Amino acid sequence: MTYVGQPVDRLDGTAKVTGEARYSAEYPYPNMAYAALVHSTIARGRITRIDSATARKTPGVLAVITHENAPPMKPAPKMTPMDLSTLATGTTVNYLNTDEVHWNGQPIAVVVAETLEAAREAAHLVEVEYAEFPAVLDFAAEEGNATPQKNSLISEGGAKKGDPDAALAAAPFSLDLRYTTPGHNHNAIEPHSTTAFWDKDRLILHEGSQNIAWTQGHLAVRFDVPKENIRVISPFVGGAFGGKTMVWPGTVLTVLAAKVTGRPVRLMLTREGVNRTVGGRTPSIQRVAIGAEAGGSMTALIHTSITQNGKVGGGPEQVTSQTRHLYDAANLQVQQNLVELDTIANTVMRAPGESIGSFALEATVDELAYKLGMDPIELRARNEPARNPIDGKAFAHRMLLECYEVGAKEFGWGERSPEPGSMRDGKWLIGMGVASAYHPAWQFQANVTVRLSADGTVLVRCGFHEMGMGAATAQAQIAADALGVPLGAITVEYGDTALPTGPGAGGSGQTASIAASLITACEKLRRSVFSVARKTPGSPLRGRRFADVRAKDGGLYDGSRGESYQEILRRADRASIEAQVGSDTRLGEITGQVRFMSKFLMDRRRWVKAACGAQFCEVRVDSDTGEIRISRWLGVFDVGKVINAKTAASQLRGGIVMGIGMALAEETLVDPRNGRIMNAGLAEYHVPVHADIPSIDIRYLDDPDPTMPLGLLGIGEVGIVGVAGAIANAVYHATGKRVRDLPITLDKLL
Amino acid sequence: MKDFAYVSAQDVATAVRAIAEPGAKFLGGGTNLVDLMRQNIERPDTVIDITRLPLDRVEELPDGGVRIGALVRNSHLAAHRVIRTRYPMLAQAILTGASGQLRNMATVGGNVLQRTRCPYFADLAARCNKREPGAGCDAIGGFNRNAAIFGASDSCVATHPSDMCVALAALDATIELESVRGVRRLPLVGFHMLPGDSPQHETAIAADELITAIELPELPVAARSRYRKVRDRASYAFALVSVAAALEVRDGVITEARLALGGVAARPWRAHAAERALMGGPATEERFRLAADAELEGAVAQSQNAFKIELAGRAITATLRQLQVEGSAA
Amino acid sequence: MVDVRMRVNGSIEKLDLEPRVSLLDALREHLGLTGTKKGCDQGACGACTVLVDGERISSCLALAVQYADRDITTIEGVEDPIQQSFVRHDGFQCGYCTSGQICSAIGMLAEHAAGAPSAVTGHLAAEQIDLTPEEIRERMSGNLCRCGAYNGIVAAIQESSR
Repeated sequence: MTYVGQPVDRLDGTAKVTGEARYSAEYPYPNMAYAALVHSTIARGRITRIDSATARKTPGVLAVITHENAPPMKPAPKMTPMDLSTLATGTTVNYLNTDEVHWNGQPIAVVVAETLEAAREAAHLVEVEYAEFPAVLDFAAEEGNATPQKNSLISEGGAKKGDPDAALAAAPFSLDLRYTTPGHNHNAIEPHSTTAFWDKDRLILHEGSQNIAWTQGHLAVRFDVPKENIRVISPFVGGAFGGKTMVWPGTVLTVLAAKVTGRPVRLMLTREGVNRTVGGRTPSIQRVAIGAEAGGSMTALIHTSITQNGKVGGGPEQVTSQTRHLYDAANLQVQQNLVELDTIANTVMRAPGESIGSFALEATVDELAYKLGMDPIELRARNEPARNPIDGKAFAHRMLLECYEVGAKEFGWGERSPEPGSMRDGKWLIGMGVASAYHPAWQFQANVTVRLSADGTVLVRCGFHEMGMGAATAQAQIAADALGVPLGAITVEYGDTALPTGPGAGGSGQTASIAASLITACEKLRRSVFSVARKTPGSPLRGRRFADVRAKDGGLYDGSRGESYQEILRRADRASIEAQVGSDTRLGEITGQVRFMSKFLMDRRRWVKAACGAQFCEVRVDSDTGEIRISRWLGVFDVGKVINAKTAASQLRGGIVMGIGMALAEETLVDPRNGRIMNAGLAEYHVPVHADIPSIDIRYLDDPDPTMPLGLLGIGEVGIVGVAGAIANAVYHATGKRVRDLPITLDKLL
Repeated sequence: MKDFAYVSAQDVATAVRAIAEPGAKFLGGGTNLVDLMRQNIERPDTVIDITRLPLDRVEELPDGGVRIGALVRNSHLAAHRVIRTRYPMLAQAILTGASGQLRNMATVGGNVLQRTRCPYFADLAARCNKREPGAGCDAIGGFNRNAAIFGASDSCVATHPSDMCVALAALDATIELESVRGVRRLPLVGFHMLPGDSPQHETAIAADELITAIELPELPVAARSRYRKVRDRASYAFALVSVAAALEVRDGVITEARLALGGVAARPWRAHAAERALMGGPATEERFRLAADAELEGAVAQSQNAFKIELAGRAITATLRQLQVEGSAA
Repeated sequence: MVDVRMRVNGSIEKLDLEPRVSLLDALREHLGLTGTKKGCDQGACGACTVLVDGERISSCLALAVQYADRDITTIEGVEDPIQQSFVRHDGFQCGYCTSGQICSAIGMLAEHAAGAPSAVTGHLAAEQIDLTPEEIRERMSGNLCRCGAYNGIVAAIQESSR
């Protein structure tokens, strides 16, 4: 292979460093109008009066749309496994088709104006009165009302092996600890932006999205038009992290505003609007209890969680996911519980579940190591399972201990003196910590076409998503190798529902999903090209067998006999040859859905697939003020085969950076008195800045997973998992203080 | 943001005449005012752009002091050699504030007048006595982790967010104000008001006055000074607590001390009690902590910020210790 | 409405603007220069960084009228080897903060070359300040990158400062 595995520069790199890359608020349309949202200021109730007269009179205002004058929309679709786009519902509220308010910040009016400034000004002038209803707003206070999460086809709320309670009670060493994590917001730097234009009953939508097909399907239902009438275009997405998976109100209301005004309408949410109208990560309360023998063997492991759903949407968070897989405890129980609040629906955010669940689990394991007087890596080694602990299934691939081995050596773990507070550099207390990363591998349906043209260039088409992962670059590398052409010969088209339907960018599954189809498509293309060549008079490939032919040097060759693709197509007088995997016909769609479901269920019966890794960090804590600085980081990952050494490392680093934010600073502050987010801005919601982030060393084992296409495992999420745990453990090592409530701010160390 | 009339003033006389109009507001770098206008918290009818006024020089005065034009950009002031060598705490304070981009925009005068970062002040849906006198204060009993520990009242617990002003307070800076009525000078210490029952009154500036300059006195002790800012991330964040300190020690005895705190009150907090406790005492860790405690005796916590009292004590002690160590090394 | 004349990327632009239009919106919505990004519109992310007479500023908090007759450089007007350094070192992922990072880096390098200190400069009075990774990180902290491409950005800046 020539390109797969290489640190190839991003194909869209130049577009991004010159400002040429266009995001969804940057498509010019003649006669553009601008929208602005009015948000509710109460959590639950009814609008008793909404007065938009003053707003309407503002110069430049075209329309003020409220529940009193909005055209009807269909309600959000009910979820069905036969149409996964029904999962795209951000919240179930039929915006502006109801006088009901379901969360503080819900959009209750849209102003459309000739200019952005007029729209924003008028939005401030809409007067609203409410009848307030009692609301459930305080997550912490709801702990007693939590109910167990039910099992569904896709996710299980709980599982049990043996008698963990009895084993815990009987264990010579045990811990039973409580953790809390706050809500988080993705806060991608590109605010959610929509440009919508109705050409009669056909809609063109520019929308930064992680799932254009879902967006298309959802809007088709809401606006009661055939799916084919909606084209969603999304070649560049300015960061997403889960926050652009569902369809949130801003998108729906921009489409509505375009319909009402008959104009192309653009809405870029304000930063406050992002926080008020797009769900974030749920807060959690967790319990982790471990019983162990003196030698370290875990006899009991219990992990339970409580997370919140909005009453108008959101889903359970897989907080205990990693606990089913990481330790070989004889008795094991996981259970996720839920409470419902009158807040915006929560949603997926980078490694939903594992990112916060691993914090509680890995901090407890570290605490157990200290209790046993054992090195925390050694404790993990002694509990490394041969088969999946909860159900005895086989691991498709598992090199966690190898990650620790490489990491310990590279990081200098052996130089750590285990006693808390024993390492110091002047005023700085130094601590080192480790934690495991774990993230399940997913694979979805992907339709792909590959077209070889007579000039030797190759066009790969798939409606997938590029939020910065380097997705197109990775697929170009795969196609180039599969067809034996230079990387420069490949063009990849993506981010458009006019293309064959691609997978959503989620679950770290996009690259593997496309790769599976792309490899098949390239194989089909090679066969087609070969069969054309074989039939063409004068072709050196006449009489050859396909099994002996290799794609290389920009053509097909059996040893030295063969010729370039250009020659083959020229000789056969063909402008192009195309191969296709999957189909976007109604039948093709259903077939695809069924194939995905059966593969998913079969895979799940046979084995457990996941990426994993070992996170090593060094922190420095100011002995006077408790300020924490991350001074060193090493992440060693088992992510199967790496397609692009440069972008893969970047993605894993990015996960670690977000994890550092989660560990040290990030917290969505919801005022329990009225359910209002009080830090709905980037000055107050602290994501890491340059100065917070040291040089992060990334290693991977590069050992292919035999059950995945090209052996690759997803890398988008595993990087964040274990980060908060490693930091909490390092902070303990530095200071002797266990902080079990995120974020680990300096006040908790004073 | 509502629409407004825009006037660009070319000289001070025009500017101070223009401000007499009701609803008029001066615009400097815009880093605070434009943000608040966009949020509909500030709603001027007329904006008087003063960035072209000839008040952008830093001058050394014959009496040994330094005069800083009110429109000197924060970054230019921090980079100025005189400030870096004679008043390092001021350069450091400015450099810890905001970002490189914002420091290139923000003016010295605007920095003095910036508004609080209390989240309830910034949210029109919340009750805030500063925005709407008599409305109530949602920060009390709400998110007040970064609220004041000195001088708060039942009507307001907000802090002043400036770093620069903390250093100016420690340095005994003077503010020069001009209006059609003439020129007056006020000490920076005391320029910002404590909230009492009228938190809407934030400073001693009159509605028709323009800050034209800040003056620093000659102050040899300031050559060995520091600004220490403690915050939730390593950069680009407001202070939880900050300390501006200068210390002179002779033969182990403290002969001069300047100390001011940031992030703790509606004004940059000159720590007079701590200074008194330091003067004449031994330059020891114990004495530093004693001085800090003397200052913090009067501190009162809100529901979420009791940690600030301990943090302030530690930050004061650590900063003085560092000055002492650097001083003995020099 | 106010007539505003400014030089943008070397060409004179004449605009008829409401005074409340920010420099950022003037560039994006009136001049179609969408390379400059809006991330927060509140001076808290740095995505809107442009160069004015060579100095970096946050264009979201700048009223366009205030910058009449000034020389504005946006990413579309930048031709600097640092851009390819960003590509080589993978100093971005989604690309949305990138224009701001690059403009900020160019402004920052000029500030450093002029001897300006930073909050982490040990010896404030020093005539020459070594541009260490720590210095770069502090000076670039006004530019958020949620994808976490900070390492690549610092490497790209280091490369182009040599």
